[in-house]
Amino acid sequence: MGFDKFGRKSFTSFTKTGKFVDLLAEGKVEGSICKQCGAKYFPPRADCAKCFSNEMDWFELPKKGTLETFTTAMYAPFGFEADAPYTMAVIDFGDGVKAFARLSKDFADPKIGVAVAVQPLKYDDGQITFEIVKA
Amino acid sequence: MAKDVAVIGVGQTYFVRGYEGSIRELAFEAFREAMKDANLTTKDVDASIFCSAPEYDKQRSPAGVLAEYLGLVPQPTFYVETVCSSSTVGVKIGYSMIKAGLHDIVVVLGFQKMSEITSAESQERMGRGGDIQWEAPFGTMMPAYYALYAQAYLAKNGLTLDDLRDVRVKAATYGQINERAVYRKGVTPADFDLNNPDAKMAGPVASPLRVGDCCANADGASCIILANAEKAKIFQKKPVWVLGIGAASEVVNMASRPDFSKGIQVAKAAAGVAYKMAGIGPKDVSVAEVHDCFTIAEIMAYEGLGFAPEGDGKQLIREKATYKEGRIPVNVDGGLLSKGHPIGATGGSQIRTIVLQLRDEAGPMQVKDPQIGLNHNIGGVGLYGNVTIFGRD
Repeated sequence: MGFDKFGRKSFTSFTKTGKFVDLLAEGKVEGSICKQCGAKYFPPRADCAKCFSNEMDWFELPKKGTLETFTTAMYAPFGFEADAPYTMAVIDFGDGVKAFARLSKDFADPKIGVAVAVQPLKYDDGQITFEIVKA
Repeated sequence: MAKDVAVIGVGQTYFVRGYEGSIRELAFEAFREAMKDANLTTKDVDASIFCSAPEYDKQRSPAGVLAEYLGLVPQPTFYVETVCSSSTVGVKIGYSMIKAGLHDIVVVLGFQKMSEITSAESQERMGRGGDIQWEAPFGTMMPAYYALYAQAYLAKNGLTLDDLRDVRVKAATYGQINERAVYRKGVTPADFDLNNPDAKMAGPVASPLRVGDCCANADGASCIILANAEKAKIFQKKPVWVLGIGAASEVVNMASRPDFSKGIQVAKAAAGVAYKMAGIGPKDVSVAEVHDCFTIAEIMAYEGLGFAPEGDGKQLIREKATYKEGRIPVNVDGGLLSKGHPIGATGGSQIRTIVLQLRDEAGPMQVKDPQIGLNHNIGGVGLYGNVTIFGRD
């Protein structure tokens, strides 16, 4: 799948990390890990900024993290108006790995520090992304 | 404290909604004022730098067209961009070119005509100032990004929504006396009161930020003219010297950011460099302009600049220490919140305010006998940090 399938609306057609979208379709949210030095990246990268290697592998995000911060946007930028309001958040998995995504539509009463997880989400129009749910 | 490069001319348009002219005409208004301020002809100018955030107007490579309209051809010209801090970076580069001996006098012109596009389109462009590959696909926008910081900061540091409201009340206090500001009305606590049906500032934008916590979009231009010491003495009776410049960057993606409750880190790094170069500390600053694109950003700036200890920025607003008569006056021109934030023009406008303060020419906004002025200008969501320190002759 092309990277134009990623998110509510993608602004990038191609990336060497395009497999991320295929993994989402398989039900997995994965980051990249450097085969040489073991550095972990989320969102994934094709190149290691620490040792300059371009040999990367995939690793599955931990099952559980904590909600570090969030915001509910009452207005949306051009192209996203139909979705508003929606909540965006940062989940901290510890060990230096975090993710940014929307909370699931049915996520009630978000609070900093609660246990959360990420899971893939398919939209009706064929776009695919991931969202934060209660763990 | 070397006095090698000075600001010899400043200019700024009125910041307005829906400027009835094109970007070249907007730029010319700020340029004309700065050239008259320094008593220069176009032949005296050795180079020009143009600064804005792209994709608001449709002109690609704007330096050429603007240099022509300003009468600065055939001198060298180019374009600089760091979104909201573009013109402060322009001043940094102009300083560097003069310091290196390449040029004697350099014009730095910041401009933005935001009203060429709708507010939703503007939010989309600002969202794309972040990571378009991994974040913009979620529907990001500037208020939401800063709200992520606000939510975490409020939860940890005992800062309240009423404190944020009071930052806006302060900004509006000075927006009323700055004739160039886009928002000239006063703001009272009742404007944030959800029980008040006429509360014009209370509506939610991106929790916890409300309408009144967000800066005002505007059209505007600013112009800063820099010169070496020799030319400064010829053209300006009251040169204002660039004493320190600091800059730093932060990772773009929110997923790679450190602890959100500790605020924007890039200001602290930039301030450290600028203070060291100027040979001063936070206590020496007489007047400051900080990047209050949102109320929370001003509180975080107090801490990043060392005006308040980490986590305790709230005390400055509670004690009114950042009012004109206070210990460290901040944004006494209305700031981005009330003066307005025409992105590419903002840094130059802040610097103009500091220069007028240090020349005792700030009119009703004048603070008493300032010696050192500081400009804090942030591009993106704490992405590009710029702190510049100025002193009088």
